[in-house]
Amino acid sequence: MTRLLQTLMDGVAVGSLYALIALGYTMVYGILKFINFAHGDIFMLGAWLSFTLAVSLGWAGGDAPWIAGPLVLISSMLLCGLIGFIIERLAYRPLRDAPRINVLITAIGVSLFIENLGQLEPFPFLKKLGVALPFGTRPQRMPTLLPDATLFTVLGVQVKLVDVLVIGISLALMAALQYLIFGTKLGRAMRAVSHDPRTASLMGINVDRVVSFTFVVGSMLAAAAGFLSAEKYPSLNQPAHSTWILLGLKAFVAAVIGGIGNVRGAMAGGLLIGMVELFGAAYLSPQLRDVYVFSLLIVVLLVRPEGLLGKATVEKV
Amino acid sequence: MQTSFLQDRARALAPSPALAARRSLLPVVVMAALVLLLQFAIGPRIGPYYAKMLMDIGINIMLAVSLNIVNGYTGQFSIGHAGFMAVGGYTAGFITYYGSLLIWGSTQPHGGFLGAGELLFAVSCLVGGLTAAGFGYIVGLPSLRLRGDYLALVTLGFGEIVRVFIQQTDDVLFTAEDVRATAPLALLTKVGGALGFTGLPFYTNLFWVWTFVAITILVAYRLKFSSHGRAFLSVREDEIAAEAMGIPTTAVKVRAFMIAAAFAGIAGALFAHEVGTTLNPKELGFQKSFEVVIMVVLGGMGSISGVVLAAVLITVLPELLRSVAEYRMVVYALALIVMMLARPQGLLGLHEAWELPWVRRLLRSLVRQEPKDG
Repeated sequence: MTRLLQTLMDGVAVGSLYALIALGYTMVYGILKFINFAHGDIFMLGAWLSFTLAVSLGWAGGDAPWIAGPLVLISSMLLCGLIGFIIERLAYRPLRDAPRINVLITAIGVSLFIENLGQLEPFPFLKKLGVALPFGTRPQRMPTLLPDATLFTVLGVQVKLVDVLVIGISLALMAALQYLIFGTKLGRAMRAVSHDPRTASLMGINVDRVVSFTFVVGSMLAAAAGFLSAEKYPSLNQPAHSTWILLGLKAFVAAVIGGIGNVRGAMAGGLLIGMVELFGAAYLSPQLRDVYVFSLLIVVLLVRPEGLLGKATVEKV
Repeated sequence: MQTSFLQDRARALAPSPALAARRSLLPVVVMAALVLLLQFAIGPRIGPYYAKMLMDIGINIMLAVSLNIVNGYTGQFSIGHAGFMAVGGYTAGFITYYGSLLIWGSTQPHGGFLGAGELLFAVSCLVGGLTAAGFGYIVGLPSLRLRGDYLALVTLGFGEIVRVFIQQTDDVLFTAEDVRATAPLALLTKVGGALGFTGLPFYTNLFWVWTFVAITILVAYRLKFSSHGRAFLSVREDEIAAEAMGIPTTAVKVRAFMIAAAFAGIAGALFAHEVGTTLNPKELGFQKSFEVVIMVVLGGMGSISGVVLAAVLITVLPELLRSVAEYRMVVYALALIVMMLARPQGLLGLHEAWELPWVRRLLRSLVRQEPKDG
């Protein structure tokens, strides 16, 4: 029972992180119809920038004031939003009319660029300022910015503050996104562009601005996921390590399982993937956790290619 | 009446048997000569570093040209090519490693050029290719239902599943007694796990790599300019129209997957037995698949010569960038982005090198040698 509850909670926590990343994938796919392979790297960047900020501000020791957590979270979100904006502007916008596979290759290029740039040893002039950018090739340990407290114990399961915050912040961000997309004018513009960019632009919507905005929002959510994941699992691998890329890929799988292009689907898919992965790891075999995720993907694609919450599209001649 | 007229026409248009024989044998003879030249004249002179580079280039050409059949000709989108490579590599490695151990009692290369050891290796390459083709059949089947990015995801998922399963395997056995004591099925799991399948005999040399490269290119070329290849291309251009013209689109797609997988499997087998590479699941993850996709897109989807060119470029570029040491991967990534922005259709686009205007002019002037005013 304890094990079941513990797995359930971890599953929800990890699943909501997947959901946060999946949202970025699904929004970009919904609008531009391409897999933004560099999105997983924004997530990685979010974690590493949080680490850099925390260390530069002198909170490596663990005696961080309460303001540290929110401050690092928000600044890393803003930075990643800016980076997402720049990437879209420089790398994707010139290819707006090119075949999608070219944009995909460019995305892979951007992803390789971020990973390998991050692998360089910190530049001396930045190091003098106390900023450890880029990150180098050594694994690091994220300082704990959120108090390591156990809130209460249910049936032998310690409900930790970190888990509650991970779930809570993810849910809050998802609710905010939900409002943004379905409750504001900008959100309506996003939905219009995703439905049909040409008609949307005829209706006076600035498509380029909407696309930029989508990238900024997606990157901010990924950065938040990066920060939260670094707080939950503090050992950070080097930037080009395959665990980062694999996490991003699994988040994309979550987006597809939920129905790509569908925002609610991405949330549901993320939670489902988190559950499947952690329950599989706990009750079947921990080594095969990636296999469960990808097998689920293949099964879902074969049975319901449009995803769980996606709408089936009829191909016209 | 009508049919017999058509038959007569076809007979009249067909090349004479002598010309047909010359046309079909000429490439084989030329390629055999080139391969022998590489192995015996060029290989020993350029030293091990450049020889290894030539082998890497060859293996990458095989991967890129074979993936081009799926991504370029048929217009499907596979990003799990490294998975087929892994299947072929591990199958072949399994055969040569445990085969040599059982037959000769050691895993050292046995026999000289075209000796018994190399023959075992050649057989293992073919078995590896066939096994990979079997997996290609399985991966190709979902193409019945899925298109575009979704199919891409299935191939990606396949590659990852293969990788994770290989990671779970047990350590390699070292002595023939241990091998005999193990049940054949249990032996299948003794391929090294996450650390890789080490201790494979180094059979891969310029001769074998470039023989298989020649076969790959020949098959790809013949395929492209045959009616089968036209069927592939028609699926790329418009699947619904192709189906209306009576082309079994699913069968065509599955066939493309199987052919591509077979050559990727052989490339994996060559990779497994190369000096200085380790056959481990990490090397054969989706990064490798992406690398092959990059070669295909960079060369121009469907263009054999373009893809060969891109494979050479992508293999050599990181080596050339060694002078900038730690920045080389950054420069490589930037070069990739810039190339995509500057030339989205790839180096040669849809064309072959010999179809480019300036090359045609050059070829014509070489062949005819006649004055311009004539």
